[in-house]
Amino acid sequence: MGIMTIDGREVEFTNEKNVLSVIRKAGINVPTLCYQPELSIYGACRLCTVEDSRGKLFASCSEEPRDGMVIYTNTPKLKKYRKMIVELLLAAHCRDCTICDKTGNCVLQDLSYKMGIKEVPYENTRERQPIDESSYSIVRDPNKCVLCGNCVRACRELQGVETLGIAFRGTDATVMPAFNKGMGETDCVGCGQCRVVCPTGAITIRSNIDDVWDVLADPNTRVVAQIAPSVRVAVGDAFGLPKGKSSIGKVVNILHRMGFDEVYDTNFSADMTIMEESAEFLNRVKNGGTLPLFTSCCPAWVKFVVEQYPEYKENLSTCRSPQGMLSAVIKEWYRDPSRADGKRTVVVSFMPCTAKKMEIKRPNSFTKGEQDTDYVVTTTELVKMIQASGINFAELEPEQPDEPFGLATGGGAIFGVTGGVTEAVIRRLVPEHDQATIDAIAEFGMRGDQPIKEFTVKYDGMDVNVCVVSGLANAHEALRRVKTGEANYHLIEVMACKGGCVMGGGQPVKAGECMSAIRTEGMYEIDAQSQFKAPDENPALQKLYAEFLDGKTHELLHNEGY
Amino acid sequence: MLDQSYYEKADEIIAKYGKKPSSLIPIMQDIQGEYRYLPGELLTYTAAQIGITEAKAYSVATFYENFSFEPKGKYVIKVCDGTACHVRKSMPILEELYKQLGLSKKKHTTDDMMFTVETVSCLGACGLAPTLMVNEEVHPKMSPEKVIALLQELRGEGA
Amino acid sequence: MTIANRTELDSCREEAKKVLEAYDCRILVCSGTGCIATGSEKIYEKMLGIVEDTPGVAVEFAPHDEKEHVGVKRTGCQGFCEFGPLVRIQKGDKVIQYIKVQQDDCQEIFEKSVMGDEIVERLLYRKEEKSYVQPEEIPFIAKQTRIVLENCGKFDAESLDEYIASGGFSALEKALFEMTPADVVNEVDKSGLRGRGGGGFPAGKKWKQVANQQEKERYVVCNGDEGDPGAFMDGSVMEGDPFKLIEGMMIAAYAVGSADGYIYVRAEYPNSVARLRHAIQVMEERNLLGDHILGTDFSFRMHINRGAGAFVCGEGSALTASIEGNRGMPRTKPPRTVDKGLWAKPTVLNNVETYANVPKIILQGADWFRTIGTEGSPGTKTFSLTGSIENTGLIEVPMGTTLREIIYDIGGGLKNGSEFKAVQIGGPSGGCLTEKHLDEPLDFDSVKKFGAIVGSGGLVVMNVDTCMVEVARFFMSFTQRESCGKCTPCREGTKRMLEILEKIVAGKGEMEDLERLESLAEMVKNMSLCGLGKSAPLPVLSTIRMFRNEYIEHIVEKKCVSHTCKAMQNYYIDPEKCKGCTKCARNCPVNAISGEKKAPHVIDNAKCIKCGTCKDNCSFDAIEIR
Repeated sequence: MGIMTIDGREVEFTNEKNVLSVIRKAGINVPTLCYQPELSIYGACRLCTVEDSRGKLFASCSEEPRDGMVIYTNTPKLKKYRKMIVELLLAAHCRDCTICDKTGNCVLQDLSYKMGIKEVPYENTRERQPIDESSYSIVRDPNKCVLCGNCVRACRELQGVETLGIAFRGTDATVMPAFNKGMGETDCVGCGQCRVVCPTGAITIRSNIDDVWDVLADPNTRVVAQIAPSVRVAVGDAFGLPKGKSSIGKVVNILHRMGFDEVYDTNFSADMTIMEESAEFLNRVKNGGTLPLFTSCCPAWVKFVVEQYPEYKENLSTCRSPQGMLSAVIKEWYRDPSRADGKRTVVVSFMPCTAKKMEIKRPNSFTKGEQDTDYVVTTTELVKMIQASGINFAELEPEQPDEPFGLATGGGAIFGVTGGVTEAVIRRLVPEHDQATIDAIAEFGMRGDQPIKEFTVKYDGMDVNVCVVSGLANAHEALRRVKTGEANYHLIEVMACKGGCVMGGGQPVKAGECMSAIRTEGMYEIDAQSQFKAPDENPALQKLYAEFLDGKTHELLHNEGY
Repeated sequence: MLDQSYYEKADEIIAKYGKKPSSLIPIMQDIQGEYRYLPGELLTYTAAQIGITEAKAYSVATFYENFSFEPKGKYVIKVCDGTACHVRKSMPILEELYKQLGLSKKKHTTDDMMFTVETVSCLGACGLAPTLMVNEEVHPKMSPEKVIALLQELRGEGA
Repeated sequence: MTIANRTELDSCREEAKKVLEAYDCRILVCSGTGCIATGSEKIYEKMLGIVEDTPGVAVEFAPHDEKEHVGVKRTGCQGFCEFGPLVRIQKGDKVIQYIKVQQDDCQEIFEKSVMGDEIVERLLYRKEEKSYVQPEEIPFIAKQTRIVLENCGKFDAESLDEYIASGGFSALEKALFEMTPADVVNEVDKSGLRGRGGGGFPAGKKWKQVANQQEKERYVVCNGDEGDPGAFMDGSVMEGDPFKLIEGMMIAAYAVGSADGYIYVRAEYPNSVARLRHAIQVMEERNLLGDHILGTDFSFRMHINRGAGAFVCGEGSALTASIEGNRGMPRTKPPRTVDKGLWAKPTVLNNVETYANVPKIILQGADWFRTIGTEGSPGTKTFSLTGSIENTGLIEVPMGTTLREIIYDIGGGLKNGSEFKAVQIGGPSGGCLTEKHLDEPLDFDSVKKFGAIVGSGGLVVMNVDTCMVEVARFFMSFTQRESCGKCTPCREGTKRMLEILEKIVAGKGEMEDLERLESLAEMVKNMSLCGLGKSAPLPVLSTIRMFRNEYIEHIVEKKCVSHTCKAMQNYYIDPEKCKGCTKCARNCPVNAISGEKKAPHVIDNAKCIKCGTCKDNCSFDAIEIR
């Protein structure tokens, strides 16, 4: 608590953790490359350096605010030094901005523009390094790296994976996995959080846009889309639509215009996942199966368990993810020659997630030995496709997703937020679906942004202990509690990305903007407005179970072990 | 694949320092002391044993100049290029070594695995500049002529 | 035999003193890194062999032994490194200092000086027709004040008993039994002892900050990562008097309430590591390290970490990161090391020389310490004196001694009587001092005023044959190579500064390069994350300030007055001397020399690559550099 003077104006501060936050609160955007509020302080880019009244310079990210502090954020000296730093970075940086995936959204490019840099007075002597395209999820281009270390810290601190490290030192320092292996050959879980925090184009999403345009152009192919819950609350940002509000209707419309033959809703198969997963849970509880049951919708978490905690593989639910279930059902649906109409079917799924690109390649989720989902397109790529289509997205009339996989409950929608799967499972297990019950369930303790949430529900006379985790690093802790016997969970839900899929690695990001709360709110709003809350109420789903899925659930909806 | 004996040696060294993350550097130093280089497989193995990620171990190993993933020669010759030695002409000594052994800034080790030539910032024997170190032994007041004699002596010993 | 309490320490000391006094003669062979390099180990073995093989003479003291007792001991650095291997023959107060002792000299020394009372004249140090017997008479040593290095050269560096006999652990004893931890902190604070590692931060203040922390788990860490090229003071203390360093750390630990101490030793100092390990092992065996030291509640353990080749680990937060098993990258401050140092616990971090000063301060008091040195910088400072100087070596002088006294009185002037140009002080983080600073006192504050730092104490003397631009380039290439790469200013800035300096020494510099070099230097100095980054440009800034003309000559006239910069050397054949033998032309690798047989030859400077082959091959000394 106190008052400091920033550029001659008094600014009050309360519990801001550093001077930088106070400056930004005062409406002054001191530039940064290596500062990310949710990561540890690194202090490497030095751009946030400010000057005090005695002419002393210090980095504002690593200084605590003190009452009576007098600082200046934009003195001639600071401007000169900052400009020199950006020039130095540019000198060692690939400057092919026009063909960079990050153009228009690159912090370095933005700084260069704002500082009016017209010339880089040094020769780029850095050796060109190969681009790593070995991962299905992300592309790593060391030539565009500014060594801010954000990705390394995100991978370690948020996700507890630490696939990336800074190797070598000085001007040879490079972000890379051990022995400079390709990301695809490491224990990288594909979550894409490294890409979320990367200020430049050094880590970007492995794009499948061109593949999708190609199949759309093929008259002999039926191109089917499915849209994940979290996509609809994030895609509108880029088109001036209200942030966090669902634009599913416009997405359906534009996908139809782009040439998708059918546009289905992944929320529908989220309902299906609830049906299967709650049945599996009850089965394990009643028949002494392996507990706690781990959710399996998040592919990053699944890979994490398989590789780092193989002793817990049996705990993973055999259920495929909603993406996997829907693609399998779609493919099976069109295997019927009368529906196939002589065309081959390609499924494109629109996801908030980079790990989903990897999930579809996992052979244990293939059906009849074939890959079900053909392409995963992230929300960020969807935005680019919309921009490329030239269609005025904001003005489009809403359209409904296509039947028979278009109708979903609110329980399916909230899969996109941490605790959503758990909430939907409980709704399914509780026989009453009146509003009062639904409202009461929401208060059990699965909602909110705490990294680890624990609560107990009474079911059928027994205490069911539930643990909800978001941010993969926290899964280490949850599993430690399991291992030590400190906790006796029956169900553990893990979403690799902090906040859940709404903050997935494939979602559009803009430096300095935190979208978690507003997108979460958007998801709950969809739930609130939905007619049905629990999957057993979904007539389309019940019809599918009765008429189509009989005897096929195991083959289409479950994985063959891990 | 490394021979099993390497892993046994690593186990021995790991046991000496304890399975904790802070043991990484001393373990790597001892492994390198044993084999004159740090076999990548043992780095990966050590990381798993002491509970750190491979990426972390690699990032630490590459930070420090002393660690090398390339096997080094029987004699590691470090030419001091500290201030005192530099002022007293240490570079011609390095050049002579390169010339005699067919090495260069890029190629540090002779094909017969006898010699590795490196530079070092200071050996702390500035009074006797220019100096160089063969394994752990410091040789004072060197000159290009003395280099030739030294190599001959080492070759005799090594044969 | 363990030393379990104060009484046992006292009786051990009495016993050890008796043994020491019972020697009829002690042969003290210097085993500092410098002398080991010139072969002092062989001298030691030879001497030992001679003594052992002589009937009626015993090396080890045994009570009631009728034999003559001649000890053969390895001591710490005797300081006079230029003249090693050094050997002292000590009989009571009488000491003979021999220099440049070879194996063939050993027998003669033994016969004449050990068994007899003669002096081997040719092995004495001579200067200006005068030869010196006692080490204290040699001007190089006479002008020094040895506190930290007091024991170096006098006692067996590996013998705990000799250390105890010399008064070792009396300070620890005093602290443990006669002082509270707060008394110790106050005494060190009052002494005004400032950290000898570079910054000169008051040690007592640091200790106080740690002692006052809420957190009870605390650490004492010693920075022995003496990475400055041209500095070897700390290495000499670690290998020459390891017990004193440990005693200093133990006193610090007692003062701040720590149970664990770490010494981080540079990888290039294998002797220091070996001696410290040995010292710790011996102390553990005798209960001087471990639980309940001397029967008190004070328990303390020592750990050694070897560096792995990274200069930046001399920076405090990088050093603790390295001990923790991480990359040695400095972190942002706050939090400071005293708040969150090693394992994020409050930590006292001082360098070797600072700790080595502590025992004497405790024993003789802060007031005594303040009688040495200057008001603002009490005590002595060790320096390693190197470069173009007659007597290179390890010296210790009171703070405030002038550069002139060091260079001329102690150092014996410049090598071969050449002309003084500058002295580089503080290594790659320091700057240069020139002629006009010769009579300024050397202490923390005044050196800083001149844009340099005392640093850890490397003094490299340079004569007029030194090119200051090349010196700046040399230091820049060092810091650039050693930059950890974390912060942008240091990583990218030093790289570009080095490029510019390389361009200038290659004769391709332009005036705007000098401007850019200066502004880069200012930026790196102001914006870097850690102390090493902030000080990396100092050698450049200081040489520009003192020798701007030299830079301009390189840039505008393409001239290097000292003929150091190869690119600016022009080889020239004196037609008067050239006999036209054609040898130079035949040997020139680029065919830059032409001329008829038996007629003077000419060098085409446009083709010449300045390799010097012609000059080396000329039998008539006809080729000169202009």
